[in-house]
Amino acid sequence: MARTMAEKVWEEHVVRRAEGEPDLLYIDLHLIHEVTSPQAFEGLRLANRKLRRPDLTIATEDHNVPTENIFLPIADPVSRTQVETLRKNAAEFGVRLHPMGDIDQGIVHVIGPQLGLTQPGMTIVCGDSHTSTHGAFGALAFGIGTSQVEHVMATQTLPMTPFKTMAVNVEGKLKPGVTAKDIILAVIAQIGTGGGQGHVIEYRGEAIRSLSMEARMTICNMSIEAGARAGMIAPDQTTFDYLKGRPHAPKGELWDQAVEYWKTLPTDEGAVFDKEVFLNADELSPFVTWGTNPGQGVPLDSVVPDPESFTDPVERAAAEKALAYMDLKPGTRMRDIKIDTVFLGSCTNGRIEDLRAAAEVLKGRKVADGVRMLVVPGSQRVKQQAAAEGLDEIFKAAGAEWREAGCSMCLGMNPDTLKPGERSASTSNRNFEGRQGKGGRTHLVSPLVAAATAVRGTLSSPADL
Amino acid sequence: MEKFTVHTGRAVPLRYSNVDTDQIIPAVYLKRVTRTGFEDGLFAAWRTDPDFVLNKPEYKDGTILIAGPDFGTGSSREHAVWALQNYGFKAVLSSRFADIFRGNSLKGGLLTVVLPQPVIEQLWEMVEADPATEITVDLVNREVRAKDIVEPFELDDYTRWRLMEGLDDIDLTLRHVDAIAEYEKRRKPWLPVTQ
Ligand code: SF4
Repeated sequence: MARTMAEKVWEEHVVRRAEGEPDLLYIDLHLIHEVTSPQAFEGLRLANRKLRRPDLTIATEDHNVPTENIFLPIADPVSRTQVETLRKNAAEFGVRLHPMGDIDQGIVHVIGPQLGLTQPGMTIVCGDSHTSTHGAFGALAFGIGTSQVEHVMATQTLPMTPFKTMAVNVEGKLKPGVTAKDIILAVIAQIGTGGGQGHVIEYRGEAIRSLSMEARMTICNMSIEAGARAGMIAPDQTTFDYLKGRPHAPKGELWDQAVEYWKTLPTDEGAVFDKEVFLNADELSPFVTWGTNPGQGVPLDSVVPDPESFTDPVERAAAEKALAYMDLKPGTRMRDIKIDTVFLGSCTNGRIEDLRAAAEVLKGRKVADGVRMLVVPGSQRVKQQAAAEGLDEIFKAAGAEWREAGCSMCLGMNPDTLKPGERSASTSNRNFEGRQGKGGRTHLVSPLVAAATAVRGTLSSPADL
Repeated sequence: MEKFTVHTGRAVPLRYSNVDTDQIIPAVYLKRVTRTGFEDGLFAAWRTDPDFVLNKPEYKDGTILIAGPDFGTGSSREHAVWALQNYGFKAVLSSRFADIFRGNSLKGGLLTVVLPQPVIEQLWEMVEADPATEITVDLVNREVRAKDIVEPFELDDYTRWRLMEGLDDIDLTLRHVDAIAEYEKRRKPWLPVTQ
């Protein structure tokens, strides 16, 4: 029978199947960070259990690490305790950890692919919803809660009931200046933040095929914002080229075997998805959000919508509430919205290509007066790569702040936050109320829009410069 | 997980309805890195009041909480269950529990028992009149007994068995450890290891 890629990966990982019970799935890679792991380790300790496979586990410090002065003790006691606890736990349970200052430290979803640990056909979990990022390689990757983290630590498996499948077909070609971020923001605006609920989304079509691995990660990353459990993209030559030669990628004969197998993963002709959505890449333009959920987005060329224009009463009420929080009036041109802060970073858009794209725009230009721009590389390696290419000099010359790797202002658990009433153009993934700091207002944008906005001080695309 | 068969102990009457998880354990306590020691956060806001029932010496040794309807609404935080257990509660009786809280409690080994509201009222009066009243929560026979009250309760066979055996989800999976080991033998040879 014709199967989807998600179904193939699932089947391959069933350890045990019994009538009336969830499938027991084997987990190939468990990623750990300081925020969602402490109680799981403690649970193991209380029950006198060990990690079944420390060799399939890797930990990093990302969510609340400072992005300045990383060799000083962390000022915030809660953050410091979480980081210190992770260090103790990793040592006690034999987990490989990349602490602050380590060359392989970075956002958990940036370092997995970078190390070549994320490969097609794997099952990957992490106590973090944006684990969906790894699906860009054709892996089944999803976020889990703390008790599931403990379950994976102890057994390397999870009891799971199958997800439904959904295809998002993006045909056509992207116009210059339109990026993966614009695709995914447009997808979420179309299907809504609950549109993918209970599903694994497979992104397909010509526009997806033509994207780089990093751009594919941006798309899969935000599957969560569309309500889905995971996102996937079929592995192809682009995937293989990205993986080849990475530290944990297969080598020699194993590489050939692996590629052979990876080529069998894409969805079979004639396989049926539970749901299908279509989008035309030719018609897309830079996309930005105006509201307080990632589905509240419009093309940059348009205006803040009128809540009255929503026929669904729930959406109308949500729009009214969002506009009040965002302090925006219907009919305002998106391009006229003034910004205080630009954040370039996160597991959505903190990789080297994102930094390159933004630097290209900023080269020879200045960040507008009164605007603060933070550039936070997704990992130490991204930071070093950027420095090797001279991107750091471009950012600094433009007046942007060049920081250490971490989640930073994506969620404001560290000191990088918006003040009440401040407005940001942010390349991250969530524009929830207070996400980047209490009272802060967030517009989600692509790296290109972020850079152009920094220069003009209002939401802009490079074409406006 | 500790086995639960029959538990006899004193009870604490909590005459509030709609006790949400923020009241059981306020958000500030969630920043901790432990799974134990949450007893100090249990009902933290109310415990600043010297007249609050948990502050009364006669209820100090209570191990059974008799709560009003809709206990445990709000967020899905597992900390709410830990806080009650860390404090020493073995069972909570109420006429209605929030679904997620109930799920978390039964997974974590805290027995949540649904009784009709009139029975809850009777139990309240009983332990208020005499705080030394002993109540028995009998999972084997699925009934609650106190003085002349004998009240049956429902719990599905599977959950009852799991609690009586003291098995958490991990224990259950570990029963299939052979299947896991078998599976590990057939994993693809190129899959990465981190060490
Ligand atoms: S960058 Fe943001 S979304 Fe990504 S893992 Fe960190 S906090 Fe989560």
